[in-house]
Amino acid sequence: MALLEVKDLKVRVEEREILHGLTLTVNEGEVHAIMGPNGSGKSTLSHVIAGKPGYEVTDGQILFRGEDLLEMDPDERAAKGVFLAFQYPVEIPGVATMNFLRTALNAQRKARGEGEYSTPDFLKKVREVSKSLNIPQDMLKRGVNVGFSGGEKKRNEVLQMALFEPSLCILDEMDSGLDIDALRIAADGVNALRSPGRAMIVITHYQRLLNYIVPDFVHVMSKGRVVKSGDKELALELEASGYAQFEDAA
Amino acid sequence: MNVAVAKTGKGRAVSDLFASAEGRLPGSPDVIAVRREAFESYERLGLPHRRIEEWKYTDLRALVGEVLPLAATPDAAALKRAADAVKAHAVDGASKLVLVDGVFAAELSDVKALAAEAGFKTLPEVLDKDAGLLKTTSTDAVIALNAALATDGVVLSIADGAQLSAPIQIIHIATAASASAFTRSQVAVGKGARVTIVETFVAAEAGAYQVNDAVIVSVGDNADVAHIRLMDDAPDAVNVTSQFVTIGANVKFNFFNMTTGAAVSRLQGFIMLAGEGSELSVNGVNLLKKTEHGDTTLVVDHAVPNCVSRETFRAVIDDRAHSVFQGRIIVRPDAQKTDGKMMTRALLLSDEAEADNKPELEIFADDVSCGHGATAGALDDSLLFYLKARGLPEKQAQALLIQAFVGEAIEQIADDTLREHVIGIAERWLERRS
Repeated sequence: MALLEVKDLKVRVEEREILHGLTLTVNEGEVHAIMGPNGSGKSTLSHVIAGKPGYEVTDGQILFRGEDLLEMDPDERAAKGVFLAFQYPVEIPGVATMNFLRTALNAQRKARGEGEYSTPDFLKKVREVSKSLNIPQDMLKRGVNVGFSGGEKKRNEVLQMALFEPSLCILDEMDSGLDIDALRIAADGVNALRSPGRAMIVITHYQRLLNYIVPDFVHVMSKGRVVKSGDKELALELEASGYAQFEDAA
Repeated sequence: MNVAVAKTGKGRAVSDLFASAEGRLPGSPDVIAVRREAFESYERLGLPHRRIEEWKYTDLRALVGEVLPLAATPDAAALKRAADAVKAHAVDGASKLVLVDGVFAAELSDVKALAAEAGFKTLPEVLDKDAGLLKTTSTDAVIALNAALATDGVVLSIADGAQLSAPIQIIHIATAASASAFTRSQVAVGKGARVTIVETFVAAEAGAYQVNDAVIVSVGDNADVAHIRLMDDAPDAVNVTSQFVTIGANVKFNFFNMTTGAAVSRLQGFIMLAGEGSELSVNGVNLLKKTEHGDTTLVVDHAVPNCVSRETFRAVIDDRAHSVFQGRIIVRPDAQKTDGKMMTRALLLSDEAEADNKPELEIFADDVSCGHGATAGALDDSLLFYLKARGLPEKQAQALLIQAFVGEAIEQIADDTLREHVIGIAERWLERRS
């Protein structure tokens, strides 16, 4: 069974249809890149998979291990193993990062019928992962993302990904706002999480990110559909020829 | 026309009440004369209503209607229930003074220790000698009614230089349903003294009761005082509390109030900075649900130069509840170099929730820095979605954001044990919500 099956998905925001019948299948262990021009519906797809309010699914299905994802609340999806790394992670003043991480992890474990993580185990794990991501310990005492730089916010997303151990990671424009060094640290963190049991969907406008996170498959989106699929070579082709050819195709 | 009718009706009810209560009211004939005068003043005014500016948003005539008869002196069964409530609500390590249905309960209190450390006496003991404690310059009807009917209270005199490490907790417990308790207390803090006072209002299996409390606080020069009020009454109770604070020079005074219960509640605080160089921090949290009405009305009066006042107030309002914040800062003509700031924020958890914010600055000096700000809004959807996408169910995500919101006021409490105690009460409120 595929990990994720998106079948002929049609999505509206207010009165405007953004996705016009999108189909995508992702199996365990695969890394899929979704590329496309601004406004092609890439972020909409990531939001709909994660369950963000404000989108109306008018047709089609999203199955996660055969279960209807669209019937689940966002927190249930997270507990099942769906993780969205936000393009713009929000700042939450007054909620200490460490408290947030523990509360979220235990909420997911509780929903799966697992026991709470013991505090020493949790702290040990946070320390290990944050060290590998070059996240200073004092950052974890601050409010979630409060006063974090763009790079720090993205690394905080990767930290959560490592802690929650999701089976599907969706990285929404992870490279936006990052310089090369920050991008490399975040990408190294993501690569460390690649495993046979975990799939990733890497959404990006630019080919650059895919030099660091090398995909198994590349899909080109235009005007709310996947218009072409291929392997990593497709990304290089796009870099050379641009998206214009697909705007016509769609 | 309606007013006259209402006033006669209610005046009559209280008149009967006063006559029936008179035998229980402590004090010499002189004191009783002061009470009678206060009562007559109340009778002329009646319960405050919306056409009295200070009570515009809290119309007691409409919200409460009538004053209930005095609660009976608690019997053994009531004291047993109160003892259980004391256990449940005591602050770790605090010395306790307990009032049950408006009557001081010596057997539940740390009388000996506090008589030595804090000059503790009961209100009746003080009134035997002097009626002064019943007199105020206020023209407020509920305060007059309190003077007329106060049955008991605690009187503390903290000696100059005394450093009290353990907080003193005054616990008001209601065990009698459909009855009222009138209490009046005084705390006099000597020069250079350090003390923490906690006041807790709770019910022991009682509902629909009324509390009318007054506290008179005076703080000597160079003292350091933390004063925390926790109004955690039964959901159908009424609690109207009046507080008068006079602050000397170079004082640190940190006040915090949290309201987590009562159908109708009002804390009205009148705080005067009467000595230079003092720092006043006034903070409050209202957590309201269902049809609860919670009013915090504060007057901070800068009577002298060079004082700093800060007010941080947070209201969380669910269902059809109604939160009121009225904050007035007065800067007298001589009070140059005053630095007074006030910030109030309301979080509306439902479309029908209501918040009224009324800041007022009355500035008569020309070299001051004063300001106020007020906001009202809902929980941020983008923050809620982020938390849910990380696995937190809706109510838990809301609870985390609400805790962060009120945390800005609660973190002003310096003492770790007390802060945790207050956070615990807020958490229980949030648990009852989900």
